Amino acid sequence: MDLSAINPTLLVASLMVASTPILLAAIGELVVEKSGILNLGVEGMMIIGAICGFAAAVVTGSPMVGFLCAAIGGAAVSVIFAVLTQYFLSNQVASGLALTLFGLGLSAMIGQSYVGIKPPTTYKLDLPLISDVPILGPILFSHDFTVYAALVLVLGVWWFLKYTRGGLILRAVGESHDAAHALGYKVVRVRFMAIMFGGACAGLGGAALSLVRVPQWTEGMTAGSGWIALAIVVFASWKPERVLLGAYLFGGVAILQLNLQAAGVSIPVEYLSMSPYLITIVVLVAMSANRAKSALNAPAALGRVFHASR
Amino acid sequence: MLRLEKRPSPSQTWAYLAPVLAVIATMIGGGVMFALLGKDPFEAIRIIFYDPLFSEFAWYYRPQLLIKGAPLVLIAIGLSMGFRAGIWNIGAEGQYIIGALFGAGFALALYPTESPFIFPSMILLGALGGFLWAMIPALLKTKFGTNEILVSLMLVYVAEQLLASMSLGLMKNPEGFGFPGSRNLQQYDSAHNAEIWVGSGVHMGVVFALMAVIFAYVLLARHQLGFHIRLTGESPKAARFAGINPNRLIIFCLGSSGALAGLAGMFEIAGPSGQVNIAFNSGYGFTAIIVAFLGRLNPLGIMLAGLLMALTYIGGEIAQSSLGLPAAAIQAFQGMLLFFLLAVDLLTNFKIKWAKAEVTL
Amino acid sequence: MSKTLLQIDGLTKSYPGVTANDNVSFKIKSGEIHALLGENGAGKSTLVKMIYGLVRPDKGNMKLDDESFKPLEPRAARASGIAMVFQHFSLFEALSVAENIALGMENPPKSGILSIRITEVSVTYGLPLDPERLVGDLSAGERQRVEIIRCLLQEPKLLIMDEPTSVLTPQEVTTLFTTLKKLKSEGTSILYISHKLEEIRALCETATILRNGKKVATCDPRQKSARELAEMMVGGTLNSAKPKKLKLGKVILEAAGLSLPPQSAFGTSLKNISFRLHKGEILGIGGVAGNGQDELLACLSGEVLTTPNTIRFNSKPVGHMTPNERRALGVLAAPEERLGHAAAPDMDLIENSMLTAMVRKNLSNAGFLNWQRAKAFTQTIIDEFDVRTPGPQSIARSLSGGNLQKYVIGREVLQDPDVLIVNQPTWGVDAAAAAAIRQSLLDLAGKGAAIIVISQDLDELMEISTQFSALNNGKLSVAQPMAKFSLDEIGLLLGGADAST
Repeated sequence: MDLSAINPTLLVASLMVASTPILLAAIGELVVEKSGILNLGVEGMMIIGAICGFAAAVVTGSPMVGFLCAAIGGAAVSVIFAVLTQYFLSNQVASGLALTLFGLGLSAMIGQSYVGIKPPTTYKLDLPLISDVPILGPILFSHDFTVYAALVLVLGVWWFLKYTRGGLILRAVGESHDAAHALGYKVVRVRFMAIMFGGACAGLGGAALSLVRVPQWTEGMTAGSGWIALAIVVFASWKPERVLLGAYLFGGVAILQLNLQAAGVSIPVEYLSMSPYLITIVVLVAMSANRAKSALNAPAALGRVFHASR
Repeated sequence: MLRLEKRPSPSQTWAYLAPVLAVIATMIGGGVMFALLGKDPFEAIRIIFYDPLFSEFAWYYRPQLLIKGAPLVLIAIGLSMGFRAGIWNIGAEGQYIIGALFGAGFALALYPTESPFIFPSMILLGALGGFLWAMIPALLKTKFGTNEILVSLMLVYVAEQLLASMSLGLMKNPEGFGFPGSRNLQQYDSAHNAEIWVGSGVHMGVVFALMAVIFAYVLLARHQLGFHIRLTGESPKAARFAGINPNRLIIFCLGSSGALAGLAGMFEIAGPSGQVNIAFNSGYGFTAIIVAFLGRLNPLGIMLAGLLMALTYIGGEIAQSSLGLPAAAIQAFQGMLLFFLLAVDLLTNFKIKWAKAEVTL
Repeated sequence: MSKTLLQIDGLTKSYPGVTANDNVSFKIKSGEIHALLGENGAGKSTLVKMIYGLVRPDKGNMKLDDESFKPLEPRAARASGIAMVFQHFSLFEALSVAENIALGMENPPKSGILSIRITEVSVTYGLPLDPERLVGDLSAGERQRVEIIRCLLQEPKLLIMDEPTSVLTPQEVTTLFTTLKKLKSEGTSILYISHKLEEIRALCETATILRNGKKVATCDPRQKSARELAEMMVGGTLNSAKPKKLKLGKVILEAAGLSLPPQSAFGTSLKNISFRLHKGEILGIGGVAGNGQDELLACLSGEVLTTPNTIRFNSKPVGHMTPNERRALGVLAAPEERLGHAAAPDMDLIENSMLTAMVRKNLSNAGFLNWQRAKAFTQTIIDEFDVRTPGPQSIARSLSGGNLQKYVIGREVLQDPDVLIVNQPTWGVDAAAAAAIRQSLLDLAGKGAAIIVISQDLDELMEISTQFSALNNGKLSVAQPMAKFSLDEIGLLLGGADAST
């Protein structure tokens, strides 16, 4: 065992890369849940994004086109969920699960001929001098652009929810769809858009996984990232800034255990691989134990079916 | 413009018709999907739904129907009770693995002792393993109010790692020339979950699945506990008013579904699969979710849905070899089935009407 | 003679099985307070929803200021100068007062300016309100102020108020009326929906009366007696329940120092509640919604457990007992929310009978349920309480409010309770059903049972209770004979003044 092989600077730098897929998916799901919808299909949308992005990038040779297609792919499958829950008034839990199962199957089908291919590399920040500054350079100024894009997105969501009228309406719809309807807001339309935004974000998260983090395509490669993203939204008690914290925490755990594996710690690999999932459970328990606090932020209409009858 | 109108009470007709309609819609949707893959849709649908039952090799496939259907039905019966009460155990896959590990672990530890008590003990341990694994989300939910969906699901990944660890370490076959995987339980008479009638596909798991169906049916229709489960799902507040202890119900629903999933895993590992190895779990725990919904959370419905889903598995495998249809296509196909089912379910509770320019949706 | 602001002409709206409005026509003049009077289900809500653009009429048209008025959505109605205060508030608990108000406006000013304007308006109209507070922390009266200020900031021509006083104490009602009269003097028209006759006679100069979706009359309510108005509204003569001479027996149910922390983020806590309930007594507990009624019922029914000694039945501690254990003893309850609490909406009446009667009616044997006997009991309820339904197999939500409430009360009364606790037994129920329900409670007390009626309807409490006590902010005043109180004193009690001495 050689723990000195773990370089703290590289650890921090790589956790930022590692957490980006979850961060993207989680910030999208946060917006969805703020509108009062619980979409358990994050995993499915993410993996669809992963394969759409991967395939498009390989075919066109352009990672940017890949990311665009990933967002479109994620949003497209989220439309199925949106139609089911908003127009067909289906149970959100069941519909979300269906989306995950469907996404896993469909992605594996699309991805058949892409196994083992290397995708084109994405644009990486490389500023002369600044990127070479010790410690700060690798941590802040030499990442793949997705890392920065995700941060900008979190900032944007935070600003949107807090300072814009659109954000206020979204929160109002998530708080009480009946009251929002009575005031004449289009509940279904708002939620439909939120779900599609969530789908696009999850798609981007998937592409960040298949194009940047791994980068290659394997069946079921999201391996629960979508579910962890859902857990992070709970952990963050529906606050964008805390989603960032949560995602980095999980990214940190994932990277640390990989580093420990590489360093040859005497704990078997399988038990190290379990750690992100176990940590997720521990965090969920800790959050629910002081529920009174976090419940204030939970959208009151979360998961309830809306049907404007009279 | 189409408009929805809530029925005064749910339509009985549509409750039965909806799953049928969903299956037909899925055949059409699946056909389109297969056509996009460049396969002949009609041939693909025939291979999936017809050939396993009536082709010249049907004698081989029909028993497979029971072998694949039994774990699905066992797991789905357990899940359906929780789903009815609004308790979402979606980690059956993990409970399935742990049940298998408990049962197989016991047998492997005793190898090569032969005794008539080994297999019954394995059954008990399989159920116990699944039960204990499901108790983790159950207790966390009752003690801290932690979301059981996420916890039970996270535990699937943990269980998969445990399975990997066991097949590479503790349970590895010492005479296996270093290959991963345990001894094959099919070659260990006392532990083998053999067919009761050779060639019929009926093993102990099938018997247990049938018993679970009957038991669940009686429970839901006649027993206080079943009534409490239904009531809690319909209206949690009314359930509390009726004096139902929600925590006890959570323990029961998660515990029993865990135990059934564990049983399914045990029967699988001691029978059709035979061996503890990384590829042991094949997604029955997730497909059972579709089975539960397709069967409308009704025990008899689940039995039919389980057989139908087993059919698509077998048909999928045939299509894989004869048409070169990708293995994942059948998974997407099953997901699509659930989508259509959820969509047509609308007709049970709502009427669709034409309306002039009424803004309702 | 002031000019007509809104002219309604032949409005008709049908839903499957019901004609909510049938050819309704009337006029609202500028600067008048116009009452819309009718029983629950008479079509008042549908009518105002059409004016507010939430529902579109099948037939008929409206004219606002002599111009055709067809609002497609509330936004359009608001743009035309129509504002509405809802009966069930359209407010968002987790959002602040200012955010709530901004949501109700078309082009809200920046949040700083909005806060200043809110403060201005609230001072002008005597409606004090802090823009930064969370609505979830406000009382019912304060919440209504949020709605009113939201409307006033848009300087409406017509203000619609749907049952505004149902959540207010008598004192708060007086304040509201002052505000409304001030608005009227400034030229704003008000459409005032209510079924409370005295209020309408005190406030309005014109009243349109609806019955079964049809307009019955438009009149000057000050020229009519309350009884005349009531008969127009109901379409027949009224019988009110008459309490029999009641003899008080020994103490049967007792609460001592019952306290309960809030059960949810915006819940009410119970504070040191004590009372003694005698056999044959009907204790009326009055109070404005959200002052702990639901919590009190939950403690008494056993849905929420407390320390054993805080509640005693026949001197025996029962605070720790579950609902079914209390039912076995004879303590029964009927909560306020009919659908989703007292009854499961999508289950049939037989199953709903099983919900509370399993213990006392012997409907189970070693855990196995006897559906035959449950069905027979359900049929008895239907017969004895005149529940209009196709049969015991009907699901609960298919029943009308009044019929379901008769079923719910009947289900408990026919189990021969020693103590029955009911919350809002006649809320939203038509007059005939309400009278039948009250009579059944009186009869039950006549047989020696003790009853607690929690209600926001003071008229109801004055009609049937022997003792009265007020619930305010989780505190219960000392119970005293109903006959001792005047309406003013009750009002003070409901507002939290300690009048027990």
